[in-house]
Amino acid sequence: MKRARPATVSEGWEKAGSPLDIARIRQDFPILRQRVHGKPLVYLDNAATSQKPQCVIDAVRRYYEAENSNIHRGIHYLSERATAEYEETRAKVQRFLNASDSREIVFVRGTTEGINLVTQSYGRKFVKAGDEILITAMEHHSNIVPWQILCEQAGARLRVIPMNHDGELLLEEYERLLGGRTKLVAVAHVSNALGTVNPVKQIVELAHRRGVPVLLDGAQAAPHMAVDVQALDCDFYTFSGHKLFGPTGIGVLYGKAPHLEAMPPYQAGGDMISLVTFEKTHYNVLPYKFEAGTPHIAGGIGLGAAVDYVTGIGLEAIAAYERELLAYATQALSAIRGLKVIGTAKEKAAVLSFVLEGVHPHDIGTILDREGVAIRAGHHCAMPVMQRFGVPATARASFAFYNTKEEVDVLVRGVHKVLKVFR
Amino acid sequence: MSELSELYQEVILDHNKSPRNFHKLKDADRTADGYNPLCGDKVTVYVKLDGEVIREISFEGSGCAISKASASMMTESLKGKTAGEAEALFDRVHKMLTGEPGANGGAADLGKLAVLSGVCQFPARVKCASLSWHTFQAAMKKAGGTASTE
Ligand SMILES: Cc1ncc(COP(=O)(O)O)c(C=O)c1O
Repeated sequence: MKRARPATVSEGWEKAGSPLDIARIRQDFPILRQRVHGKPLVYLDNAATSQKPQCVIDAVRRYYEAENSNIHRGIHYLSERATAEYEETRAKVQRFLNASDSREIVFVRGTTEGINLVTQSYGRKFVKAGDEILITAMEHHSNIVPWQILCEQAGARLRVIPMNHDGELLLEEYERLLGGRTKLVAVAHVSNALGTVNPVKQIVELAHRRGVPVLLDGAQAAPHMAVDVQALDCDFYTFSGHKLFGPTGIGVLYGKAPHLEAMPPYQAGGDMISLVTFEKTHYNVLPYKFEAGTPHIAGGIGLGAAVDYVTGIGLEAIAAYERELLAYATQALSAIRGLKVIGTAKEKAAVLSFVLEGVHPHDIGTILDREGVAIRAGHHCAMPVMQRFGVPATARASFAFYNTKEEVDVLVRGVHKVLKVFR
Repeated sequence: MSELSELYQEVILDHNKSPRNFHKLKDADRTADGYNPLCGDKVTVYVKLDGEVIREISFEGSGCAISKASASMMTESLKGKTAGEAEALFDRVHKMLTGEPGANGGAADLGKLAVLSGVCQFPARVKCASLSWHTFQAAMKKAGGTASTE
């Protein structure tokens, strides 16, 4: 199959050890040329969703313009092409996560659906009355509520690993909570509200010593650092395409094959079967058993382009650059009187939550918006985190590799403007 | 900065800093909780009635400057009004907040509440300004309800 060149980034920067050419990278993102309220857009809401490079936009467009057809069922030219490209994304994601087998890569709508699939398929089969599920105090609602529902259905109990005031998990407490009743541990690789990078390798190790499987919510990790599911040895890993510079409505659930084999289907319909009679249905092989119905084909193809794009730049280089940005932004913001950073873990991704004395985050958001700066203000779908830190909400700046120190400076000037309005 | 300074007028900043009638009303006849899930603004409105007349009204909660100032000014403007008058006033306030045509003419006789007219330039903030009013409405409809901006 002939395929267009997937990424517009020259490869090998990382290997050459040269810093990223951010000015050039920014040209790959058409939206960043925009002005908002007359000011250049400063997009610092990457934890909510990230912007799309031209190659992703082109891949989606190319599918609709030149390949549009259904997959896995056509014997005609277009369907074969679309199927090949969609399945090629699966192989790309397999390499991206270093999974051992592409059958372990299940396409879902996003992280939320990935977690719901595990709760409703694995959970309903294996979690029984009296069992316990462990999550952490810093989970996104999508890694809390599905487990609550499962626990209610099964008569199981949801238990929460606490954290300290920096937003770091208390591992001794975790070990204490891990017990004979624990059936599964579900943890965010990176917290969206605090930026904490959790010691997931250690978390998996401790659980496995007791034979307990672990799900990692990689929504905020996969776009910002190299992920190796075999090295982590996690049982499930899930992330969203739209936070990885790909389309919305497509995401990935990785699951170890033996788990996926043992699990019943999540949704039923076309594509997930191999043989249907009115008496009995035979389910399809992995991963199709979990992919009922026509998927988001364009999304999958776009995700493939996004994976090519970030691997072209290099996840190690991205992580290093974002660490630098975070250090710069943390220092600059912390210097502002009355500003407090929420989430001060030693290991952090480029997420900066903060509060300003006497000013509600919502007001910060509105004033910054008028400066062209997009941040998020609110509870970040992590209300228990807000309660833990005793704040109703925070303002959150979250970075990606296309952000610059100059943009951090615009953010800082904007915060000073907020103070001017309110003092 | 013009739209911004229209939004964050002195009066609003003052009500935000020192909200009026900002306390619980122990012997309230009517009370309701309001919640804006988008930004986490929370408000409780207390009303003490004397027949049809709002004898006392107060609020508690946490929220942004707009929601706090709006609640504060609402309590000031509703004290002494009848339930019917309050309803009519909310109608006009709502029109002003959403920038409905014809609202400008009405803003003039909204008195102090007219300082909230800048909100209509900020669609994302309309819910902040109307939360306390919705909550007041819920309180009047039944004792102990929860209003939501959704
Ligand atoms: C840590 C975390 N988990 C899960 C999600 C849910 O992702 P999605 O809405 O793409 O399903 C998010 C997104 O905000 C997140 O940050």
